[in-house]
Amino acid sequence: MTKSEVIGKPISRLEGPLKVTGQARYAGEYEASDLLYGYVVNSTVTKGKIAVIDTTDAKMLDGVVEIFTHENRPSTAWFDIQYADMDAPPGTVFKPLKDNEIKFNGQPIALVVAETFEMARYAATKIKLAYIEEEFETDVESNLHKARDPKKGLASMLKPPPPKPKGDFEEAYRNSHVQSSGEFKHGTEHHNPMEMFASTVIYEGSKKLKIYDKTQGTINSQLYVANVFGLKMKNVQVISPFVGGAFGSGLRPQYQLFMAVMASLALKRNVRVTLDRAQMFTFGHRPPTIQYTKFGADENGKVNALYHKAVAETSQFEDYVEMVVNWSNMLYPAENTLFESKLVPLDVYSPLDMRAPGGSTGMHAIEITMDELAYKLNIDPLEFRLINYSDIDKSSEKEYSSKELRECYLRGAEKFGWSKRNPEPASMKRGNKLVGFGMATGIWDANRLFARVEAKISIDGKATLKSAVTDIGTGTLTVMSQIASDELGMDLEDITFSYADSAMPFAPIQGGSFTTATVGTAVQTACIALKKKIVKKAASLKDSFVSNAPFEDIIFRNGFLISKQSPEYKISIKEILEKLSLEEIKTTNMAMPNPLTQGKKAKAVHSAVFVEVEVDEELGVIEVKRALTSVAAGKIINPKTAESQILGGMIWGISKALHEETITDHRFGKYINPNLAEYHIPVHADINDLSVIFVEEQDEFVNDLGIKGVGEIGIVGMPPAIANAVYHATGKRINDLPIHFDKLL
Amino acid sequence: MPDAITELNGDIRNKLVAGGTNINDLLKYFITKADKLVDINPIKDFNSIFRLENGGVRLGALHTNADTAYDPIIEECYPLLSKAILAGASAQIRNMATNGGNLLQRTRCYYFYDINTPCNKRDPGSGCSAINGYNRIHAILGQSESCIAVFPSDMCVALAALDAVVNIDGPEGERTLPFADFHRIPGDTPHIDNNLTYGEIISGIDIPKKGFEKNYSYLKLRDRSSYSFALVSVATALDIEDSTIKEARIALGGVAHKPWRVIEAEDFLKEKQPSRENFAIAADIILEGAKGYKHNSFKIELAKRAIIRNCIMALNPETQRPGAKPSL
Repeated sequence: MTKSEVIGKPISRLEGPLKVTGQARYAGEYEASDLLYGYVVNSTVTKGKIAVIDTTDAKMLDGVVEIFTHENRPSTAWFDIQYADMDAPPGTVFKPLKDNEIKFNGQPIALVVAETFEMARYAATKIKLAYIEEEFETDVESNLHKARDPKKGLASMLKPPPPKPKGDFEEAYRNSHVQSSGEFKHGTEHHNPMEMFASTVIYEGSKKLKIYDKTQGTINSQLYVANVFGLKMKNVQVISPFVGGAFGSGLRPQYQLFMAVMASLALKRNVRVTLDRAQMFTFGHRPPTIQYTKFGADENGKVNALYHKAVAETSQFEDYVEMVVNWSNMLYPAENTLFESKLVPLDVYSPLDMRAPGGSTGMHAIEITMDELAYKLNIDPLEFRLINYSDIDKSSEKEYSSKELRECYLRGAEKFGWSKRNPEPASMKRGNKLVGFGMATGIWDANRLFARVEAKISIDGKATLKSAVTDIGTGTLTVMSQIASDELGMDLEDITFSYADSAMPFAPIQGGSFTTATVGTAVQTACIALKKKIVKKAASLKDSFVSNAPFEDIIFRNGFLISKQSPEYKISIKEILEKLSLEEIKTTNMAMPNPLTQGKKAKAVHSAVFVEVEVDEELGVIEVKRALTSVAAGKIINPKTAESQILGGMIWGISKALHEETITDHRFGKYINPNLAEYHIPVHADINDLSVIFVEEQDEFVNDLGIKGVGEIGIVGMPPAIANAVYHATGKRINDLPIHFDKLL
Repeated sequence: MPDAITELNGDIRNKLVAGGTNINDLLKYFITKADKLVDINPIKDFNSIFRLENGGVRLGALHTNADTAYDPIIEECYPLLSKAILAGASAQIRNMATNGGNLLQRTRCYYFYDINTPCNKRDPGSGCSAINGYNRIHAILGQSESCIAVFPSDMCVALAALDAVVNIDGPEGERTLPFADFHRIPGDTPHIDNNLTYGEIISGIDIPKKGFEKNYSYLKLRDRSSYSFALVSVATALDIEDSTIKEARIALGGVAHKPWRVIEAEDFLKEKQPSRENFAIAADIILEGAKGYKHNSFKIELAKRAIIRNCIMALNPETQRPGAKPSL
């Protein structure tokens, strides 16, 4: 790589002006001629069969074009062959309108298509429905006896099952100097991105579609549509340049895509289907999970026994799993461990990855249990983490490719003022507010998949990169442009990163904090290949200094090839192209991790989180006064967008700890607060002083750029740090989330 | 009588709309049905705040919540009302919502909003889903077996404490109702929120001269700092002379089908020292007979503590924090 010019600089996101001036178009906003609007009808019962679905009255309304139900829906390839999207867990994918069977409350059972959205929505109320209802179960807690091992499948690659038991946990725990155990619960949570799911399908002739879809993977949606409807891949184009938040909800094609495509193909018209907020609660969610921990430590504070069990909800048709219990031994090198992960299948829709799936769940239990152990040992919680520090992932016995967590602890504690903490619970006060300091560790995977990128230089001296990858608001466009800018030695203004189009080179779904490492490395690879190609072309020119110089001795800068040894020798790319009568030079390259070496080390990002809370002594009201997260996540390409990721994660952590929960009424098997008035996320007044420190890591093992990823780590340590701060403030251990203030009365 | 009422045409399926901050939701969720919405915003007579001859003030029914809260008369003479309004909803909603509409907003009970669950308030006789369901936000005072919903307003809690009077116009002419008699407890008729009859319209709300501007406080306890309804809120207004309470007003929100006042408690405080002990006794009197359910029993103890804290905050109104957060 040439000298770093923009990598590491806090560049403002390039699409920012488009977003704040309303010029950015989202999936449900594209114009199309003679557009039809679909409105989805959802089941109001939880389980059973549709006995009657009478659309006669609804169809007679002016402007209603068609109503699709299981009785009249077109036959598609999907109903004959088994097909799963890229993020499908083991099991059978839910197929909308397949038959009259109801499997969960809110199941889409019909699509009304009309000339206007309002008419479609109104007509939906005129459909007459009768159900044969059946008994159902939606409560994990009252169905714990049904807990069983999850089925294994492709998903196990990124979410391996718990490590095998080591040593003798029971014996070690029994003989531990101190022991701590706990039970932890959190309910259902929904992603609730600001933008609702929508698909606008442009009918481009028989069996050819252009689709604007809200998704975290254009090629995932393309594959899905092509397979389900038996279309050719090249005839399905999925475009999604702006995504108004997704947080995992866009990792799987949602049912509005199926509905819109079905209607478009059947009616040979352009069709848009947009979900409303209540419908945003009718698909994937973070599963309610119950966890049990038992940790033991010796008299020196060394953790020697770890037990962690998780029982989580899944649907009756898919085994959605999260990696909840694997983390403690990745952090704390105990020799005796026992981990279990179980599922309870219930009459709900399949859960779905939601920011730091599993990690934020598991670390909540782990870091509260660790906190309690520290108190029992009479050791400062931070000191306790340092006593149990390891450069090795004990669960796999592999060395970490890099791990600056110790530095995160130390710098974070210093900046936060951790030493001012009085170790005694309920000992610090400010007026009638109890003050608590709490800390926790965060950990998340540093994964990388494969991707292809096209790189092109044109005669106007501008470079264009292409990738199918989306930018779900994380700053992908900006960081990819930065990487290309440095690699090609060109100004950011001369780089165009084209993206979010399934017609462009392959990128995986955008999730798991692996996008920058995956696509960024592919951008770098393609840029290097492009430079080599340019050098090769230049070498073919008569009297060119390039012909004698090895590739390494040529610097690319501002559109020129410059000799490293003799900078007076240079030639512009424009001149090369002109002399060769070329319009452009182009290359497409794939970058993938080396399968032979990648498994040799453990790879993770880490964080140390410090939180100060105030708790009203009499009223219990909790306020997070300040929080600091120090993050070790390899090379930070853009400190501004990376900091935004961490801040967003921290705010969500406050939400998860104190506010957020989808409430299920198990008598009806349904969610009763499916709106943003009653599904509480924090408001501005709940957010006070937040700060982020990046402790940079040099890590050439993960990839050449040393990128790890920051999408998820921000949320992971926050809920336990807040719970630990609440304990320090009040002496009350609250293990269930969210911590409502009345629990402290 | 305003033309708007004539336009309702005596047809019960027609409804009035002012700010639309609640009725639009109710229509979208099919809780309220209307063949025709009559826009009453053009009624200029209802859109102002002015001093009354008796020294009090009249709040026009169509004056917005925001304009009311920031009105100089209200800020200066009735700061309790201003604080209560600003503790409610969001800036955007307060900019649209009107004073008359605030009195007529409907409960936020989850089940009331879900037409696929039983609810006596929405569908009389269908049953109450909340009583054995998830009832964290529900009533502990004045509720019935038919309904445990609460009235969600903040503004009305202050208006109750200030002894406001509701001015009503209708086909039978004008009349007034003391604030305490405006809203109803649910009894067997939870579908009837208040004592307006069909065709009547709120023209304004009168507040007596006494504004308790020296010793007042509004406290709102909820699951986040803004844009959520009260689990418990308290409006306290005290008249203190020579360290003795001459008059006390305490109204609770978030606990009943209407703003909740207990005159016995206020009488108890008369001629007493403004002490924690006396406030605690008053709190016990107010919560006498309170009954909790599976998820809201905490409200009984919380309300008592909130009353005590808010009375103490009222002794020094400077302690008030934005959003009616607890201080001290």
